[in-house]
Amino acid sequence: MTLHMTADQAPVAPAAEPDVLLNVENVSLSFGGVKAISDISFDVHKGEIRAIIGPNGAGKTSMLNVINGFYHPQQGTITFRGQVRNNMRADQAVGQGIARTFQNVALFKGMSTLDNIMAGRNYMMKTGFFWQCLYWGRAQQEEIEHRQKVEEIIDFLEIQHIRRTPVGRLPYGLQKRVELARALAMEPDLLLLDEPMAGMNLEEKEDMSRYILDVNQQYGTTIALIEHDMGVVMDLSDRVVVLDYGRKIADGIPEEVQANQDVIDAYLGVSHD
Amino acid sequence: MDGARSPAIDSLDTFPKLLIRNAEQRGSRPAIREKYLGIWQTWTWSEVLEEVKIYSLGLKALGVSPGEKVAIVGSNRPRLYWTFAAVQALGAIPVPVYADSVAEEMAYVLDHAEARIAIVENQEQTDKVQSIAETVTCLEQVIYDDPRGLRDYDHTNLHSIDQIQDEGRAAISADKAAVDAWFSGIRAASGSDLSVMLYTSGTTGRPKGVMLSYDNLLISARNACEMDRMTDEDEAVAYLPLAWVGDHVFSYGQSYWSGFCVACPESAETLMHDLREIGPSFFFAPPRTFETLLTNIMIRMEDAGRFKKAMFDAFLKIADRVGEDVLNGKPVGLVDRLLYKLGDMLVYGPLKDALGFSKVRIGYTAGEAIGPEIFRFYRSLGINLKQLYGQTEASVYVTVQPDGEIFSDTVGKPAQDVEIRIAENGEVHYRSPGVFVGYFKNDEATKDTKTDDGWVLTGDAGFIDNRGHLKIIDRAKDVGKFTDGSMFAPKYVENKLKFFPNVKEVVAFGNERDFCTCFVNIDLTAVGNWAERNNIAYASYQELAAHPDVYKTIEEHVAQVNADLADEPMMAQCQIKRFLVLHKELDADDGELTRTQKVRRKFITERYGDLIEALYDGSTERYISTEVTFEDGRKGQLSATVEIRDVATLPPQTHQEAAE
Repeated sequence: MTLHMTADQAPVAPAAEPDVLLNVENVSLSFGGVKAISDISFDVHKGEIRAIIGPNGAGKTSMLNVINGFYHPQQGTITFRGQVRNNMRADQAVGQGIARTFQNVALFKGMSTLDNIMAGRNYMMKTGFFWQCLYWGRAQQEEIEHRQKVEEIIDFLEIQHIRRTPVGRLPYGLQKRVELARALAMEPDLLLLDEPMAGMNLEEKEDMSRYILDVNQQYGTTIALIEHDMGVVMDLSDRVVVLDYGRKIADGIPEEVQANQDVIDAYLGVSHD
Repeated sequence: MDGARSPAIDSLDTFPKLLIRNAEQRGSRPAIREKYLGIWQTWTWSEVLEEVKIYSLGLKALGVSPGEKVAIVGSNRPRLYWTFAAVQALGAIPVPVYADSVAEEMAYVLDHAEARIAIVENQEQTDKVQSIAETVTCLEQVIYDDPRGLRDYDHTNLHSIDQIQDEGRAAISADKAAVDAWFSGIRAASGSDLSVMLYTSGTTGRPKGVMLSYDNLLISARNACEMDRMTDEDEAVAYLPLAWVGDHVFSYGQSYWSGFCVACPESAETLMHDLREIGPSFFFAPPRTFETLLTNIMIRMEDAGRFKKAMFDAFLKIADRVGEDVLNGKPVGLVDRLLYKLGDMLVYGPLKDALGFSKVRIGYTAGEAIGPEIFRFYRSLGINLKQLYGQTEASVYVTVQPDGEIFSDTVGKPAQDVEIRIAENGEVHYRSPGVFVGYFKNDEATKDTKTDDGWVLTGDAGFIDNRGHLKIIDRAKDVGKFTDGSMFAPKYVENKLKFFPNVKEVVAFGNERDFCTCFVNIDLTAVGNWAERNNIAYASYQELAAHPDVYKTIEEHVAQVNADLADEPMMAQCQIKRFLVLHKELDADDGELTRTQKVRRKFITERYGDLIEALYDGSTERYISTEVTFEDGRKGQLSATVEIRDVATLPPQTHQEAAE
């Protein structure tokens, strides 16, 4: 189902210099003696779907956490929209237009789907706590505007039927979709997805792939995703970067990466001789 | 608005004319609603006329000409309903197609109908239609409603309804006379013109295109509205397939005739919420929906607190005793009447509210037989649920149960203007103003079904009982004979077994055999809930279906059915001697059911011939491997060893002995 779309996108005008949204240069991160990431560089172009893959423990999630500002790398620079940033906090990343989902769903389990997505708008609320409690005047109007946006996302992801259901009661696949909705509610420029398909069945995976493509096309959102399902990665992404033991072993379009011997070795293992 | 100064309409014999009348007489009343972004959006009759007008003119600009067929594919969306009127206003004929049909089924219909334009709901349907574009050579243009995901598609032969409407607006501003011409086009149409073409679901062989005229549909709709005293104050929820004659007559025909408002739910999954918010006064559902609702209520009550459960049970007993009589206006004792009132406040009222049935004045069910307990349950709550018997070829109505004469085992009396006769072989024939014009490009089938003097052969066997009500036994061609020559009515047996909540589907065999046997499909919701409460772990439908305890339960149900059948002298020979629980659910995707969820007997007989043989050769189990189709069209193999069980049959209750 996705074939004809990626085919359209693959030849992203190689002649023209692509617009770089995020640039990661020589980044290294270690926890005490453990080197999670060593000397990794890659970039994310505006409007593309960029996959980060690798075996377990390769440092994928750490990489995402670095981009997100949750971890601070000991070395290297990260340039987002042309600005080099230093030791930014995660909430500042949100302010800059980076949103993410988590490998293990991190929603407010007791709250409804609607409230969870509204929480994604929290950062953009301008009226203060006091006025919001009163729910009057400017605060009321602001809430209505945000709700409109949230309803558009609910419509987009087709989760109308669970609008009022506490997310803790939802099946896993739907929780993942609610999490995506919450990330979208922040109207990000860069969306980081940490294993969006993990634990899903085939049908849910197909649905999620469709939504990711739709987000990318409709909203023009740049997406960086970590995923283990190779079929999904190869179908969805424009370019793939492969990590292994905290190092980059390959970078390129899916076909190139698939044929790369280092990648095959990393995934299938090589005999120690 | 232009609708306000439209020329007067002399007769009301087409739907576009009715639309103009509605816009004039009740222009500010709601015509259609749709929930969008969580809020109910409403269009009044005059707004609908305006929308339809520009839409229709846009279609004209695209070259839609009188007499051509335009396919409509999608679920219940206001703009797809407007498509009917917009297409009809040009003298063209809308052909709604079942939205869940797979590509090849759709290809057959589009090709057979010679549709040049398909108007579809969304990306999913666009993809489907485009995937068959190579085989369906007549198809030229595709128009979609929801633009989501379609932005990067090649738009040479693909348009959105918005674009079409813009074309219509442009046509008006370019030529002021275009509107007048449009109105006079509507005025020129007459009741005998073709209104719509509906494809039968194809229980037997290829679907057939049933051509219905405006007179067919409008007279049927008018009679039904008069009988149930429907006004523009009524409200209905449209959720059944557009391509089904019932929805076409209820949500389009009757709505246009009476001017009542039709609400389109947000999505199929939100139907229950939306029903509750709208509170329709007119509700139609196939028996299966009522069964599912009842099963859900019972499952939820199992989890309720002890006090609530006790209250629920106590008041349901009262309702069971007196509810029907209260509804039918029969005399009921004062104490019972007071208790029923109290029950209404504490249990029935809140329950109806939760179901969205608080305001239901008229409820209909049709298509299949409904279980007497289920039927009685809803009626005892005070919901005026009635049965009707209808066909696409009759513009729905053949018989209807009049108020106050409701029996769970009949389908009612002939509807207004309908004549009924029973043929020698027991087949039901009818004649009415709603009788179809003919099958499209299939004169042979038309001749087989419709006599020269207008009688239609239903293919159903039945009889008129002493109350003047029609009782349907089975499909005439399905009624068979055992080897000893006695009658075998499979549907009759199947329905008896299907009334148990644990049983979803049954297929009975026995024609030209010594005795009756059957396949059983368990109901995953009901049996799954039971399994959960009894700590029975299962990984799949297949595993649960083969569980010994499940077999035991089904065996008890079969024994109960045999006891019931033994009581009926006509049917005692149909007792079930052997049965098995199928390892997979019968599915329309595998061709085992029709799109309206009816069993395709012939297909199943061929597909499971091995299992049927096993039912008769005395073996206790049989290995089977079946090909299954997943929702995305991929195929896989499902194999299992299915157990076969014997059930004791009872001697017929010998009423004759006493008489002798």
